[in-house]
Amino acid sequence: MSQEDTKAGAEQSDRSPWNWLLLIPIVLPLLTLLYNRRSPELLGFPFFYWCQLAFIPVGVATTVLVYQLTKRGR
Amino acid sequence: MPKLSDHYVQLTIFILLFLLVSVMGFLASRWRRPGTLNHLDEWGLGGRSFGPWVTWFLIGGDLYTAYTFVAVPALLYGAGAMGFFAVPYTIVVYPIVFLVLCRLWSVSHVHGFVTPADFVRSRFGSPTLALLIALTGIVATMPYIALQLVGIEAVLKSMGVTGHLPIIVAFAILALYTYSSGLRAPALIAFVKDALIYLVIIAAVIVIPVKLGGWHAIFGKAEAALSAVSPVTHKPRGSVLLTSSNQLQYVTLALGSALALFLYPHSITGVLAAKNRDTIKRNMAALPAYSFVLGLIALLGFMALAAGIKPIVTGGKADSNTVVPLLFDQQFPPWFAGVAFAAVGIGALVPAAIMSIAAANLFTRNIYKEYLKRDATPAQEAQASKIASLVVKLGAVACILFLDPQFSIDLQLIGGVIILQTLPAVALGLFTRWFHRGALITGLVAGLATGMVMLYQIPNPANGKAHFGGSGYALSNFGFSTTMTIYVGFVAVIVNLLVALIGTVVLRAGDIPDGEDGTQRPDYFADRDDPEVRDLPELVTEEPVS
Repeated sequence: MSQEDTKAGAEQSDRSPWNWLLLIPIVLPLLTLLYNRRSPELLGFPFFYWCQLAFIPVGVATTVLVYQLTKRGR
Repeated sequence: MPKLSDHYVQLTIFILLFLLVSVMGFLASRWRRPGTLNHLDEWGLGGRSFGPWVTWFLIGGDLYTAYTFVAVPALLYGAGAMGFFAVPYTIVVYPIVFLVLCRLWSVSHVHGFVTPADFVRSRFGSPTLALLIALTGIVATMPYIALQLVGIEAVLKSMGVTGHLPIIVAFAILALYTYSSGLRAPALIAFVKDALIYLVIIAAVIVIPVKLGGWHAIFGKAEAALSAVSPVTHKPRGSVLLTSSNQLQYVTLALGSALALFLYPHSITGVLAAKNRDTIKRNMAALPAYSFVLGLIALLGFMALAAGIKPIVTGGKADSNTVVPLLFDQQFPPWFAGVAFAAVGIGALVPAAIMSIAAANLFTRNIYKEYLKRDATPAQEAQASKIASLVVKLGAVACILFLDPQFSIDLQLIGGVIILQTLPAVALGLFTRWFHRGALITGLVAGLATGMVMLYQIPNPANGKAHFGGSGYALSNFGFSTTMTIYVGFVAVIVNLLVALIGTVVLRAGDIPDGEDGTQRPDYFADRDDPEVRDLPELVTEEPVS
């Protein structure tokens, strides 16, 4: 099994320390203690609602970053 | 009850748009010119050729279903903040599956897998485990298809259209073009579906708040409506923030649903139809655009509360799924309400088509070819899948015609819990071959049993149901003195994992033979241009694709 690994070297893996960044958008939206509150309001939205919507761009940015940083050299 | 005579404009627009996508569905068989549709890779996976854009529309159209559009706001309408779990759920899912799906794509392309059960069979050398995974997938998907009909029905009811005939006609047309065009039909229709959904939602979040006095007023009125004490349960209906009782449920439901989403066969079908790893990675970054729309759609529930919408009552039962269509009907001019209704109706067709294709592929690959006709040719496989997709849709229509729709809703709740039990074999299997096949089977069965027993024990005082009343299991049942609840699927999958862990250690210690691993490590990282990736070899030899 392990001889195969030497064939293409480091390219035959998806391991990268950058992958740990993906934990940010996984953990952040699950911490209700952070955002289960009413204020500060934004445009009439309680914090609970706009904060969770704001996590979406955080998730997108992190995923794009990890994608760019772990691209196979080409 | 809304009257049909007031809704001719809405109905006309609805029918016109429905006919438009039906024509597209039939024409889709010529789209991207396949050499032949008589191959499961072509019919069931669109030739595994979809680039980033098509995949974005396809998976988006697949995951964010018509039922989601009516049920998530209905949840906020009924219970408040709890319903907003759909937002963290659809945020955390993409980073979770980012690496998982790339590996699944690669190994599936190297070996020509069409279903998750194909992968499990090869990875763990166990047709029995594969059969269990396939059956779990089919059972979880069937009620999901039926729920798409519930979504269409909610729209039709709001236009005063009653009776089951329209639904039967709609599904017959859907069944015919799925039969002839395969996965290309929903992929093409998804463009129209998503364009309509985005249009309607952008209009809704601009127009309706202006009419209702702004967002501040909407949240204020929603809060007042939610804090009214229910005469049945003697408790408030809900709140605009989470309470100490439902925070744990909120988090475990979001995480459990996220872990389950890409185990559903129809999600995997969408992923395997992508043409390379890059397409998948880009989509993991781009799909949250739908999550944003879903968050806004969810808030339609509060707008309905603020606008004083009351759900349609049929047979003594209030159908909360009708609040969003009723809101559109009240707030929009008739022609645009028609567009909004069509968006929901077409939103039901795309996922229903993909789900029936996915269930049909499971039947063909893991039951028909495995147990009924081992030497089936690719053409026979495609034919079996086409027929199975018809049977699946018939089953969904039968569910709606002969059973209480509530039964489908209960089944879908169960479906989410049981599909999550395939996590150790399918998702963890992509990273480790450590588990013993016997332990995975035992774990799966233990997880399924735990989930079913727990769901059975959950009552719902609000509608007087004694069993299958929701997915939040009271921790007080375990002896904790608390009002907190936890998502059943989450507990069941932990039981499943523990059994698989202990079982593996025991079976290894007892020297019980394990299956062969038919895959190799580099298979998990292969990409389109790599020599080991098969590009439809059977087709290439028969007729060269230009």
